[in-house]
Amino acid sequence: MIRAVGFRLASVVPVLLGISVISFFLIRLVPGDVVSSILGQDYGDPELEASMREYFGLDRPVHEQFGSWFTSLIQGDLGHSMRTGRPVTEEILDRFPQTLELALAALLVSVAISIPLGVISATRRNGVLDTGSRLISLIGLSLPNFWLGILLVLVFSVHLSWLPSGGYTPFAFSWDHFKYLLLPAVTLGTSLAAVTMRMTRSALLEVLNQEYVRTARSKGLREIVVINRHALRNALIPVVTVIGIQTGALLGGTVVIEQVFSWPGLGTLVIRAISQRDYPLVQGTILFLAVFYVVVNLIVDLIYLYLDPRLRHDA
Amino acid sequence: MPSQPTVDEPTGAVRQWLRGRARMPLLRTLRHDRIGIAGAVIVATIIGAAALAPWLAPYDPTAMSSHRLAAPGGIFPLGSDEAGRDLLSRVLYGARTSIQVSVVVVTLASLIGVTLGLLAGFYRGVLDGVIMRIMDMIFAFPTLLLALAVVAALGPDTRNLIIALTVVFVPSFARVTRGAVLSISKEPYVEAARSAGLRDRRIILKYILPNSMAPIAVQFTISLAYAILVEASLGYLGLGVPPPAPSWGSMLSTGKAFMEISVWPSLVPGICIMITVLGFNLLGDALRDSLDPRLRSRVMR
Repeated sequence: MIRAVGFRLASVVPVLLGISVISFFLIRLVPGDVVSSILGQDYGDPELEASMREYFGLDRPVHEQFGSWFTSLIQGDLGHSMRTGRPVTEEILDRFPQTLELALAALLVSVAISIPLGVISATRRNGVLDTGSRLISLIGLSLPNFWLGILLVLVFSVHLSWLPSGGYTPFAFSWDHFKYLLLPAVTLGTSLAAVTMRMTRSALLEVLNQEYVRTARSKGLREIVVINRHALRNALIPVVTVIGIQTGALLGGTVVIEQVFSWPGLGTLVIRAISQRDYPLVQGTILFLAVFYVVVNLIVDLIYLYLDPRLRHDA
Repeated sequence: MPSQPTVDEPTGAVRQWLRGRARMPLLRTLRHDRIGIAGAVIVATIIGAAALAPWLAPYDPTAMSSHRLAAPGGIFPLGSDEAGRDLLSRVLYGARTSIQVSVVVVTLASLIGVTLGLLAGFYRGVLDGVIMRIMDMIFAFPTLLLALAVVAALGPDTRNLIIALTVVFVPSFARVTRGAVLSISKEPYVEAARSAGLRDRRIILKYILPNSMAPIAVQFTISLAYAILVEASLGYLGLGVPPPAPSWGSMLSTGKAFMEISVWPSLVPGICIMITVLGFNLLGDALRDSLDPRLRSRVMR
């Protein structure tokens, strides 16, 4: 077990290193020169150019640039925003709780929809409910999530005026806060639910064919006990992995959904930074989200090792 | 949006299928699959509409008029947008943009990814390690974020959009191909070719690649569906094909701003995206099904 965990932890190191290398070169990919791109009209002022080049460390050789960038990175220093002058780390930490809140709420919505539907689908295989929910999940897979958001706004905000079409109030356990969270969370959650539901259905179908399920049934256990205690528990193992893999989709999804609902998280931050050519902020936010994604997947893998003892040996 | 899909590595069943039907065209196996046929029909219709857009579209997609946000019917079959442009013409040209970008991206990504996968799977060792670790690093970024990052750095235009999306789609092809190559390399006929003294290039091109095509074909189809979704999302965020060229994503973004006056600009492009992606997903599912009977219970039928 300890060996398997150690192996998994060690495998994250090169990935994290790779992410930082890619993020480092992101700014250096800017066509021409990041300095000319930021300065725009002011380009041509040699003094300003020189000081900006020095700020980005562009006046030094690449390996030195990477060295000093990486050292500050380890210390949690991602540079300063070009627009607000605040440290990038501060900007990110300001916005992160909102993104986390949206992501967790979406995950909750997704699990609440997908697992019951998956179970119903698998236990009443080829019935009306099964066909119906599989059809809906296939459409859900093909629907761009931001368009689903637009449709929900059309119905619940424009047409019925029940919920706000976007915005945010500081976190509180009150309707005033939750009414802003509801539509974005449902939008993001439903688009994730399609995948999880399909996975739950197929995993449960596979488990239901196992001999221990037949044994449980032949002991005379009630069907609900067979499903809940014997089948579903084992079927949930691959489902947990799928939920973990979806973190990437969840984070990518928040970027778009935050934009649809003007939700003040990392997504709206990175889009604003891109449009303002605030490169250190773009670099920092993307690096942060990628690292967050890797860490979540690591945690999921460790949970997986805990859930399925067979995996501990062949890591 | 779902996370980037990859097909399972080929199993015994796939290999068996390959052995039995290696020369059989993929599409023939779809003949008895109604869902697959539906997918193929949708895909063919959309590609046809995109190709024939200049002849089908009643108006110039960028021509403005004074009939702003008109409802469907009358002179605009599907209504008009906030600048009085014909929505039907715009979605037809939007299909062109979307299909062109996705096909170019997935083709480039498959060429690069399949080559890398062949090299990694055939030669193993250090080359395999290096290639696959780089693929893992790219895979470590959430798809949309990586595309976003590359477009942000390079600046939004069509060429950069294609570069960004290609980078994002290469690793899944490399993985799928490598998996297929690893299992096929153990086949007796590859051993035989080796001991007969054939050169590596010939073994790869004559035996390994043709027999790895099945999972690659499935990956190609589902990647097209996903590329259309990612392209639309970037378009919605203002980082896709630059205006005034019509793209489904950017149409939805402007449509949303006027949704209280007219719902059509926020409905029509979304329906187009959904139908197109659904078509590719149905086709991909059916292909996967006919290639791997083991998975048959898992998908729509």
